Amino acid sequence: MDIKLYIILAITLFTIGMIGVLVRRNAIIIFMCVELMLNAVNLLLVAFSKMHALNPSLSPTVASDAQIFVFFIMVVAAAEVSVGLAIIVMMYRNVHTVDVNFLNRLKH
Amino acid sequence: MNITTILFILLSVMAIGSAVMMISSKSPVHSVLWLVVVFFAISGHYILLNAQFLAIVNIIVYAGAIMVLFLFVVMLMNLNAETEPIKNYRLQLVGIVAGGLLLLVIISAIMKMDVEHLVQTKDGDAGLIKVLGMNLFKNYVLPFEISSVLFLSAMIGAVVIGKKDENVN
Repeated sequence: MDIKLYIILAITLFTIGMIGVLVRRNAIIIFMCVELMLNAVNLLLVAFSKMHALNPSLSPTVASDAQIFVFFIMVVAAAEVSVGLAIIVMMYRNVHTVDVNFLNRLKH
Repeated sequence: MNITTILFILLSVMAIGSAVMMISSKSPVHSVLWLVVVFFAISGHYILLNAQFLAIVNIIVYAGAIMVLFLFVVMLMNLNAETEPIKNYRLQLVGIVAGGLLLLVIISAIMKMDVEHLVQTKDGDAGLIKVLGMNLFKNYVLPFEISSVLFLSAMIGAVVIGKKDENVN
């Protein structure tokens, strides 16, 4: 399998996530699109790790470094989701909406 | 066309189609469920690349824990009704055009690439639990411990933010 196919797939998923962030107004869906972008990057890191696994001069330990990074990205994403959803729930409790267009008080 | 290529195309179509459905569906609950399908497709890609540990962790952490948390919040706020308000179609068009241009530029740049690198599928030791565990606990043990502190601070932060503030009201 060529690495280009994996790059194109990851870029497509990342772009769909970016379009979602730009187009949607619901704060929860914007947050989900950020998760999708993180997953596209994870997929690309694993593909690059397996690309280096074909290099005979590198040991499997060196090739698995990228997968350790994916592991840490998942750790940070889990922490981010818990705090972010707490912020969204708090926002909903105060403003009774999750529409990002109404949440522009810092602008004024 | 061998079985690996067929599986790759199938999983890619599943991932991209579900991602498009996720950003285009009206109800937030449907969006969450489509995102779960995307995560399962990405786990399938990990299995195809023989990254077994990450495939299982992706299903457990993302499709299991994180998406259930999302679903829980959506249900809690009762957002199931059609809450998407006034639409600005011109702004949506601008967003789609901007994203499409980014995709076009990067894909055309990738296609120009002359060097050919292959990706190892179906076999290889790099994704096995043994190799990953040895690497994690030998070379990356300090970041691993720091991530536990990160989790502790995230837990405290979520509790502090989510607490009802009696002084204000």
